[in-house]
Amino acid sequence: MTNFKPISSTKKKNKAVVTAIILLVLLIIIFLLSLNTGLIKIDPLTVINTFLGNGSEQDELLLLEFRLPRIVIAVLIGMGLAVSGTVLQGVVKNPLADPGIIGINAGAGLAVMIFVIYFSTELGNSVFIMPIVAFIGAGLTAVVIYVFSYKKDEGVSPIRLILVGVAVAAGISALMIVLTLRIDPESYSFVATWLAGSIWGTSWNFVLALLPWLVILIPFVYFKSRVLDVMNLGDATAVSLGMNLERERRWLLAAAVALAAASVSVSGAIGFVGLIAPHMTRRLVGETHKYVIPIAALIGAVLVLTADTLGRLILQPAEIPTGVVVAIIGAPYFLYLLAKLND
Amino acid sequence: MTKTNTVVESKKQVKAVKKTAKPLRATAIIILGIIFLCCSFVASISLGAADINFDTIWDAFFNFDETVTQHQIIWELRFPRIIGAAIVGAAFSVAGALMQGMTRNPLADSGLLGLNAGAVMMLAISFSFLPGLPFVYTVLLSFFGAALGATIVYGIGSMSKNGLTPIRLVLAGAAVTALLTALSEGIALYFDVGQDMAFWYAGGVSSTRWEHLIVITPIVIIMILIAMRLAGSITILSLGEEVAVSLGERTNRTKLISAIVVVILAGLAVSVVGAVSFVGLIVPHLTRKIVGYDYRFIIPVSAVIGAMLVVVADLLARTLNAPFEIPIGALISLIGVPFFLYLARKGGQEL
Repeated sequence: MTNFKPISSTKKKNKAVVTAIILLVLLIIIFLLSLNTGLIKIDPLTVINTFLGNGSEQDELLLLEFRLPRIVIAVLIGMGLAVSGTVLQGVVKNPLADPGIIGINAGAGLAVMIFVIYFSTELGNSVFIMPIVAFIGAGLTAVVIYVFSYKKDEGVSPIRLILVGVAVAAGISALMIVLTLRIDPESYSFVATWLAGSIWGTSWNFVLALLPWLVILIPFVYFKSRVLDVMNLGDATAVSLGMNLERERRWLLAAAVALAAASVSVSGAIGFVGLIAPHMTRRLVGETHKYVIPIAALIGAVLVLTADTLGRLILQPAEIPTGVVVAIIGAPYFLYLLAKLND
Repeated sequence: MTKTNTVVESKKQVKAVKKTAKPLRATAIIILGIIFLCCSFVASISLGAADINFDTIWDAFFNFDETVTQHQIIWELRFPRIIGAAIVGAAFSVAGALMQGMTRNPLADSGLLGLNAGAVMMLAISFSFLPGLPFVYTVLLSFFGAALGATIVYGIGSMSKNGLTPIRLVLAGAAVTALLTALSEGIALYFDVGQDMAFWYAGGVSSTRWEHLIVITPIVIIMILIAMRLAGSITILSLGEEVAVSLGERTNRTKLISAIVVVILAGLAVSVVGAVSFVGLIVPHLTRKIVGYDYRFIIPVSAVIGAMLVVVADLLARTLNAPFEIPIGALISLIGVPFFLYLARKGGQEL
């Protein structure tokens, strides 16, 4: 990998802790700003009062039933996608791996498109069904990819998984192109918005649906961070250290895919987070997964929440899809990191 | 390890790669491929919304008669279209092969240099702000967008002290692609031109005319020849930077020239048919499977296979659901995907 520079582990740890604190503070600030942002502005004092139970009914409804769940979801999605990307890049050992490139987003997108074309005449009703449809699409795609990349005596090799993923993604996109030409403009703009990545579920139900996945899977992945570190050293080393490579890979990949599927189902295709959050993190705190995973989760959360807030703010009352804003703010920062820091 | 040892080691690696090469197969494929292309030219010309028999095709070429409608169809519509398909296929494939060799990443294709995204963004802009722009200008704008995307990627990739490493190139490409895609999605949503763009791309090579081919064909051929000249260096580069440097290769020069060739090839192809990036991804993989890992063979064979793939796809796109056309990009993916899945399952680690 990179040329080894022995940095003492305390120094590394300090760096990680400082980064984590900065990100947390940032997250809280954006959280507060985000609460105040929207078509109806609510000043910070009212926000605090409302949380303490002294607000007007309207403020309470707006804050607790609309804005807060949306913010929580943005944070959760950011974490889910970022951790998913981190794991995929670690297991597959390809810096381009992310939930988008292996077709999870495309699968969810296709399911949404088919649903919009064939079942939903009343788009308003479908807002609640959409995440379920998307999750089914993402899950089916994951199964298809897994089945195709599994070989009896070899199991799932990372390179095969990613090539199969790319192929499946391409096939799904092709179907979507064909469908695009057939659907009416109104449904098209709905699907296009979905594909650009918009946060759909803005109620506590979705928070409840999303939360278990993250609560179980992120700690699981964190628990496996040493495994990811060893994988980084190469297959031969990992095996010689007594690791059951195939089994570890299978579990980690399953976790990554499940995280992505759960997140994408509520967020639409916000693909970029899973790609860049791990890279940003590694450039900030190094390669040790014990630090990379939590910090990538924080970066993902900050990124998606910022993007969602800006998306609601810039073109009021219209909203810019979160995925678009993520890329527009994330890419330049990432490019800056790329140009400034060394490999 | 002493320096001489490294050189010996590197030379061994290069030899090992050259051993995988199968020149006989490569020659056979090129010859058969060209014969196949000629046959499919004839098939392609005769099949379509109006069927044309072989005698008429013969006449159209050797006794052209302006008053015969079928001769007109052959010369003005079908023939340029087929040439266009072949050129586009060859261009995408060679660009993809160069990218994969240069970056040593089996997932790399010309789309990664920001080409497709740049072209799409320019298309979004021209559809939103300059509606009704003539075809030629739209193509020019797309090409300009592709070049712009590539320039940004290459510029940012080489900004740091370490210079342009493959990983840096690939990451910068992915980020710029995401940025440009987001911008064009935003523009397309705001101005509501997304579906129009889809229709434009769906047209594929159908609107290719002689005026474009006269410009595009010679450039593509020259670029493929340059790519073949570079092939030796690309083979060495595909073994890794250290190997290349220890053998005295000027890697930066090779990478810069390859990148320029990729931009021109893929930029032209993208501007004519849109982002059919799958060709650039799949054809080099297939080629490596057949002729080994020596780029001196990979590049010409990729060009032929790519041309065949797109010509056949275009033929199917026109005839399967005549008189309607299936978007060629979608069709290529649908043909390519099962094949690619088969390859991915059959082979192990590669590149």
